[in-house]
Amino acid sequence: MKPFSYLRPRSVAEAVRAGAGHPGARFLGGGTNLVDLMKLGVESPGLLIDVSRLPLDRVTRTDDGGLRIGATVRNSDLAAHPGVRSDYPALSQALLAGASGQLRNTATTGGNLLQRTRCPYFQDVSKPCNKRLPGSGCPAREGAHRDLAVLGHSQDCVATNPSDMAVALAALDATVRLHGPEGERAVPLTGFHRLPGDNPDQDTVIRPGELITEVVLPPRPDGAVSLYRKARDRASYAFALASVAAVLTVRDGRVQHAALAFGGLAHRPWRARAAEDVLRGAPATDETFARAVDAELEAAVPLRDNGFKVTLARNLAIGALAGLTARAAPPR
Amino acid sequence: MDPTPGNDDADAAQVPLPGTRSTFSLDINGTARTVTLDHRTTVLDALREHLGLTGAKKGCDHGQCGACTVLVDGRRANSCLLFAVAQEGARITTVEGLADGDRLHPVQAAFLERDALQCGYCTPGQICSAVGMLGEAADGFPSHVTPPTATTVPEGPAALGAEEIRERMSGNLCRCGAYPHIVRAIEDVAP
Amino acid sequence: MSQAPQPPGAPVVRREGREKVTGTARYAAEHAPPGCLYGWIVPATVPGGVVTATRTADALAVPGVHTVLTPDNAPRLEDPDDPILSVLQDDRVPHRGWPVALVLAESLEAARAGAAAVRVEYRTTGHDVVLTGDHPGLYTPEQANGGHPAVRERGDAEAAFASAPVRIDATYTLGGLHNHPMEPHASTARWADGHLTVHDSSQGSTTVRDSLARALGIDKDHITVISEHVGGGFGSKGTPRPQVVLASMAARHTGRPVQLSLPRRYMAAVVGHRAPTVQRVRLGADREGVLASVSHEIVTHTSTVAEFVEQAAVPARVMYASPHSRTAHRVTALDVPTPSWMRAPGEASGMYALESAMDELACALGIDPVELRLRNEPAAEPDSGRPFSSRNLAACLNDGARRFGWHERDPGPAARQEGPWLLGTGVASATYPVLVSKSAASAHAAPDGSYRIGVNATDIGTGARTVLAQIAASVLGTPPENVRIDIGNSDLPAGSVAGGSSGTASWGSAVHKAATGLAGRLAGRTGPLPPEGVTVTADTARETGEESPYARHAFGAHFVEVAVDSLTGEVRVRRMLGVFAAGHILNSRTARSQFIGGMVMGLGMALTEGSTMDPVFGDFTENDLASYHVPSCADVPDIQAHWIDEDDPHLNPMGSKGIGEIGIVGTAAAIGNAVRHATGARLRTLPLTPDKLLPYLP
Repeated sequence: MKPFSYLRPRSVAEAVRAGAGHPGARFLGGGTNLVDLMKLGVESPGLLIDVSRLPLDRVTRTDDGGLRIGATVRNSDLAAHPGVRSDYPALSQALLAGASGQLRNTATTGGNLLQRTRCPYFQDVSKPCNKRLPGSGCPAREGAHRDLAVLGHSQDCVATNPSDMAVALAALDATVRLHGPEGERAVPLTGFHRLPGDNPDQDTVIRPGELITEVVLPPRPDGAVSLYRKARDRASYAFALASVAAVLTVRDGRVQHAALAFGGLAHRPWRARAAEDVLRGAPATDETFARAVDAELEAAVPLRDNGFKVTLARNLAIGALAGLTARAAPPR
Repeated sequence: MDPTPGNDDADAAQVPLPGTRSTFSLDINGTARTVTLDHRTTVLDALREHLGLTGAKKGCDHGQCGACTVLVDGRRANSCLLFAVAQEGARITTVEGLADGDRLHPVQAAFLERDALQCGYCTPGQICSAVGMLGEAADGFPSHVTPPTATTVPEGPAALGAEEIRERMSGNLCRCGAYPHIVRAIEDVAP
Repeated sequence: MSQAPQPPGAPVVRREGREKVTGTARYAAEHAPPGCLYGWIVPATVPGGVVTATRTADALAVPGVHTVLTPDNAPRLEDPDDPILSVLQDDRVPHRGWPVALVLAESLEAARAGAAAVRVEYRTTGHDVVLTGDHPGLYTPEQANGGHPAVRERGDAEAAFASAPVRIDATYTLGGLHNHPMEPHASTARWADGHLTVHDSSQGSTTVRDSLARALGIDKDHITVISEHVGGGFGSKGTPRPQVVLASMAARHTGRPVQLSLPRRYMAAVVGHRAPTVQRVRLGADREGVLASVSHEIVTHTSTVAEFVEQAAVPARVMYASPHSRTAHRVTALDVPTPSWMRAPGEASGMYALESAMDELACALGIDPVELRLRNEPAAEPDSGRPFSSRNLAACLNDGARRFGWHERDPGPAARQEGPWLLGTGVASATYPVLVSKSAASAHAAPDGSYRIGVNATDIGTGARTVLAQIAASVLGTPPENVRIDIGNSDLPAGSVAGGSSGTASWGSAVHKAATGLAGRLAGRTGPLPPEGVTVTADTARETGEESPYARHAFGAHFVEVAVDSLTGEVRVRRMLGVFAAGHILNSRTARSQFIGGMVMGLGMALTEGSTMDPVFGDFTENDLASYHVPSCADVPDIQAHWIDEDDPHLNPMGSKGIGEIGIVGTAAAIGNAVRHATGARLRTLPLTPDKLLPYLP
């Protein structure tokens, strides 16, 4: 790890200004991934701009009944927030399925969205990796890739996004608000993370110097229920092999609203639009759910050792939709 | 925080970077300690290599084992992932700060009685984690195994059965396999 | 706490427990003396070849870096007793991760930055790192680990198998496994006045001292190795590891104290691992389940540095009666890190295969798997013909079955379901040999009526201090609190390694002998003791030099209930119960912890722990604790460990067998057998992660 300078700005504007003035600076939130990557030599910023004490640590209701989540809200606080638990249980469950109590106490909302892949080649600076060192190659494609992508990968990169939280946010139609040298903007969560294409070094559409300031959730659709379900190699404290976030409204036995997102399958949280198209208006039956999920997973291109993820994701999604249907509250 | 050399963050974009070491204060087990540290120094290394407090352990140095768990402002955290400079002013409690003189903290006493340890290397982290976890539960924080409630949020402290304790303590690995006794020890102390 | 003498087996509280729960117990990297330098190794980043250049200028320019040791400037070592200790002596890279330089700096931060700045150039040679069942390099070694003959044959196993009415022929494949004690291997070394003092994270500091003396070419009397508290080892600290040699060399070279801890990610390459095995088991039986032929043939890998052969076929020489048997090991030397001891080497891996095969046979015959095992109880040790000093496998199976409620089981596969969960139960046997090594001890009586015992035992979490105090106290007729125990220092009377479940037997025998001698001396005295007290020393060279005419083994039985999520393939253990027969249990509190701990590691072997060799890069892919999944608290149910008290006069003065390893033996088979019962799927590889289960689920 290189020596670095450290700044603790008092406002978002000051933080953004500092970032703009120093290429190679990184914003420090909880640091649970950044510090890890600095120790590995994957990240080597010359300046850390500590944004963890900025006044972005609140969760508030929006005028339309949605939720505004500050970027420095800790994962554990967000998971425990009464508004999240009541209206967006998938988000609370996703956060609680991630990491450990200690890590959730430290990790922030903004940082969680920016955590980087756990692909073993990315984490080992003695090996090639197009994400870490563009053009150096992707050994994972032929190498160890059981945990890596089955959807949306490219010749250059088969990494997966490790976040649980982001999967729930994708299904909940969240919006990410950014503050950068050129002003503020909002990006839908589903467009925030990228597919790798030929420049996998870019995980997201964030621009140099931009700071995540908040995540905004729209109001819960009337009668909608949601959940997050994750499968992993041990019972706790492990990344997802595959996961699913589902939001469902059923009226008169038919799906009125459905949102489905997968984790652990791709370079970004995978919003399952094709499945949703099948679901919308269809009878809320296992047959529909299977058809919908298959419509989505048709696009999967498994690698040599990770075909099980397709089956796993299919089972998780059908199970989630069936589970939600069984307990879907009658619409008010 | 007093970066050395001098700090001027009034208009950071216009000034040269501050240095790579700073002098600042940490509250460790109730005592203010002023330290001058390389910014790269984590809370864990500050405790172990600079402050003579080796109770917090380095098991992985990457937030993957929990042996370094301490309480920061009363909440448990992996001290290996915290840069010390970023914790300026924080109240840090280590395993050395739990007992009241010769009287063990109830969690420490329960670990001893239940033989909830073998090699002892994960033990300080387990104990700090348990203390923090009991506080989280008392504050009503849910866990992954807390039954989801579709429309209502339970009031008051979360109940702690064995399954809850196991899930909530899963950020602390124990290679000796003392888990069954760790869970019993915490059950003894849980309300 | 009672001040009266304690009965044998009393649940005396762990002596050093208070230090451990208050954080005052100090481990090897917690002694940083003033002026200490921090070391950081530079691991080789190619899987094989030679170093052609090591450029250290950038590293030396890093502020705080003091020295970079490479083969060009590192002190020369004498020929070490273990070639893995021959570090920084030449340009050879036998495997990825081999240390090629050592950076010494004024701080940990500078040491890590310095290591990242060392530029190493290599000339690579082709490498071969993947073990296959038919690897062309396979050969039959002279011995497997533990001095066991590589091959044993009895009768004509081949012919008897061919003519058996019921046959099982199954191949089980295990990947590598890693010890991963929570405390990484660490050493703090300092030289003062020609004397080297090292705090080392080791399972036996007498052994470390002797190895260092040989490697450094100095007299043993000029070295003190201290292993006061050790954060687990599970075999990986049973012999000296490179960090202790590097720290000692560096301290000598720089004239400064040196502290060196291995980063977790580097451990898999330098501290040993359980080698992968491909195991073929053939069982031939009659229709009543009586075995006619048992053959267990394994292949495994070792490194090009040293030969280590996981003795996985050895337990088949002990377990079941059969007139015909063949047990054989073959090994191939690959460009991989050197494998070594991991908790119950041989037994843990071999009994997974053998006990899975016994379950397959039970299923094929439609005989209850407990009953099948009972039908094959031998009258004497099958391989040697020697009588057992005691053998209570049958009692363990019967008692365990009763406690577990085994016989309420519907033997049919996939018969029980609870929501999405498929439920099943499984059983397997366990065995572990009785081992003992020479040790010495001193016993001292002070005029104030207190006693002090000195023995270089090592407490790696077993509770050695506590049980040795109990042993001495019972001989001396005094409460354990009245006996001070000094261990963990090579200046003490020489103790054997804390390994092979032999610690208590080995150190305890010496302590018992010294304390008995002391008691005799005291009994013959009248009047007050002299001011310096009375000291008796003893060693067990004679006792341990005699080969026992008996076959001596501990036995056990595991019963497990699992739930398999039919949607995800996730397996959860719901209940786990072990019954063990291991002589007299000397401290029920700490013994229970050891049994349970072994069972938890067996659960990890069965369900969560997997390590794969990267064929291109030549390293283990799962090299940190985020990817190598040791079980978490949530994976582990309440576990019951019970025992049958054995009165075996052929063991040692305490009548004890070792208990540190038997808990892991057979656990994985019991879990695998339960998964088969739950799902109908017989998987012959581990760990049983969702990717393995999913293809077999409805």
